[in-house]
Amino acid sequence: MNPYQRSWFVRLATILVYFFLYAPIVILILFAFNASRTNITFQGFIPYGERLVMEGSLVRASPCGPFHWFCELAKNREVTHAARNTLSIAFTSTLISTIIGTMAALALQRYEFRLKTFSQISLYIPIVIPEIVMGIGILVLFTQLFSLLNSLLGLSGDARLGLGLGTVTASHIAFSIPFVTLVVQARLHGFDKSYEEAAMDLGANEWVTFWRVTFPMILPGVLSGALLAFTLSLDDFVITFFTTGPGATTLPIYVYGLLRRIITPQVNALSALWVSVVFLAVLAIQRLENRQV
Amino acid sequence: MLRTLRENRPLQGFLLILPTLVFMVGLLIIPLMLTLVVSFGRRSPDGGVIFTFSLENYLRLLGYERNCPSGEAVCFNPLYLQILWRSITLAFNTTVLVIVLAYPLAYYIARAPARWRTALLFMVLVPMWTNFVIRVYAWMMILRKEGVINLALGWVAHQLGIPFQPLEMLYTPGAVLVGMVYEFLPFMILPIYTSLEKIDLSMYEAAADLGANPWRTFLRVTLPLSMPGVVAGTILVFVPVMGTFVVSDLLGGRQVVLVGNLIQRQFLDARDAPFGSAASLVLMVMTLIVTYFYTRKFGFGEEIIAA
Repeated sequence: MNPYQRSWFVRLATILVYFFLYAPIVILILFAFNASRTNITFQGFIPYGERLVMEGSLVRASPCGPFHWFCELAKNREVTHAARNTLSIAFTSTLISTIIGTMAALALQRYEFRLKTFSQISLYIPIVIPEIVMGIGILVLFTQLFSLLNSLLGLSGDARLGLGLGTVTASHIAFSIPFVTLVVQARLHGFDKSYEEAAMDLGANEWVTFWRVTFPMILPGVLSGALLAFTLSLDDFVITFFTTGPGATTLPIYVYGLLRRIITPQVNALSALWVSVVFLAVLAIQRLENRQV
Repeated sequence: MLRTLRENRPLQGFLLILPTLVFMVGLLIIPLMLTLVVSFGRRSPDGGVIFTFSLENYLRLLGYERNCPSGEAVCFNPLYLQILWRSITLAFNTTVLVIVLAYPLAYYIARAPARWRTALLFMVLVPMWTNFVIRVYAWMMILRKEGVINLALGWVAHQLGIPFQPLEMLYTPGAVLVGMVYEFLPFMILPIYTSLEKIDLSMYEAAADLGANPWRTFLRVTLPLSMPGVVAGTILVFVPVMGTFVVSDLLGGRQVVLVGNLIQRQFLDARDAPFGSAASLVLMVMTLIVTYFYTRKFGFGEEIIAA
């Protein structure tokens, strides 16, 4: 029926592309177990031992065994702090952008109002301009705004307003809203209005109709929008880079700062952890979705 | 009757969109306009902004330079034009390579038995969900002088008894290209898959009945029908490649300076916000022009949502 699926070319290309996608990740994870601290060549796994035994840059024995670098990671204050920041930014921005984005999707799909075209265009802008442009814009805004406010209010020292968790979270909300809106809108697009009409004919008011009929039906769309917002926030580097301040380092920012100076198996351990957590989370979500269907 | 009841409530619709407008105007429109205002300004000695109206920053990007080393008052310095050109060609090359790699894979997934498709797609997504910076790091480990490739080549050379000089792969334009392709490949696979999957298989029967050979069927049926996916993927790849500075910073070192690096350095090292703002707006206009003409020529598919 379609002769191309069995063509050797397509098969070979598929295998090669999957190899290209996975080889770097496999190498990354393998080196998280490296006995060599400099992490240049793979020097074998780390054996268990009562105490930590080092020989030059080689780890001869560790209480954590092959998971030595994972233990080091857990002890690393900067990493745990950055992980906390990353998660709190991701949770807050996901919650807020999902609510706001869903509201926007309902408005655009259901209502006619002033500024509708303007809203639609402004929601497309973050998708068609490079992220750095938005990041720079927000940086310029906050620097000008804060210097103005600081001098107006006469703030000095620690009271001065500056970049930090708040500015990062607000920016994450801003770049997530368009994606949530698009996903929920796609769900609303093929929506059968007769259910809502039936509910209202039976005497439910609009509020009840929304929560008892509309919302349960668009919930899968809202959830996939939230999932998208969460991954976008976790993964974001560029906008965070320009809007972050002292004490608001996220994991990607921390890793980037580290990589410019040194290469250590701790980064590999962090990567391995990251990959496994994401893999398991996505797998769990897929299972959940399949069960619902 | 109900429909009119709902849709004649502009106030409700406006209230629903209001929070979105607050964020979009506050953290997108106003920042962009402020960037424009700052780009006409001048850098103050302490790294702040003096608001004036001068086109000097834009002229500087075009190669107009003051205080030349030769002692003349004004001279031509193509440095920034070269950076812009390098960014465009890199984005173009990355996009072409990504299409070449993504198409067969997307095709294979779209034509695989339905029960395999989810798993195959899932396998495309997993690398994409590992962190962006971490993926660049993986390529640092592979490409550096003592990296995996040189290690493997050295071993082969040793077995064959040939003298081996490690290849310098990290901190080259090639490394940046590979890194970019790796980073953005999944963004092309998903939209192409979506448009290929939609193709009605009876099209193929019709083509075969009419005597088209497989190659001709591909060129006349499959390829045109999958163009919306390719277009959407191109935007999802081209736009971020134009603005990324992490890949070139970590894999290109000082060798490969792109617009993204230029902008980043103006804000964080040189503390010249006006010049950085001008560069940022030039980058935005360049990508908008390219995507505008590209989508006008090929249309804008809803496949962009799929990714």
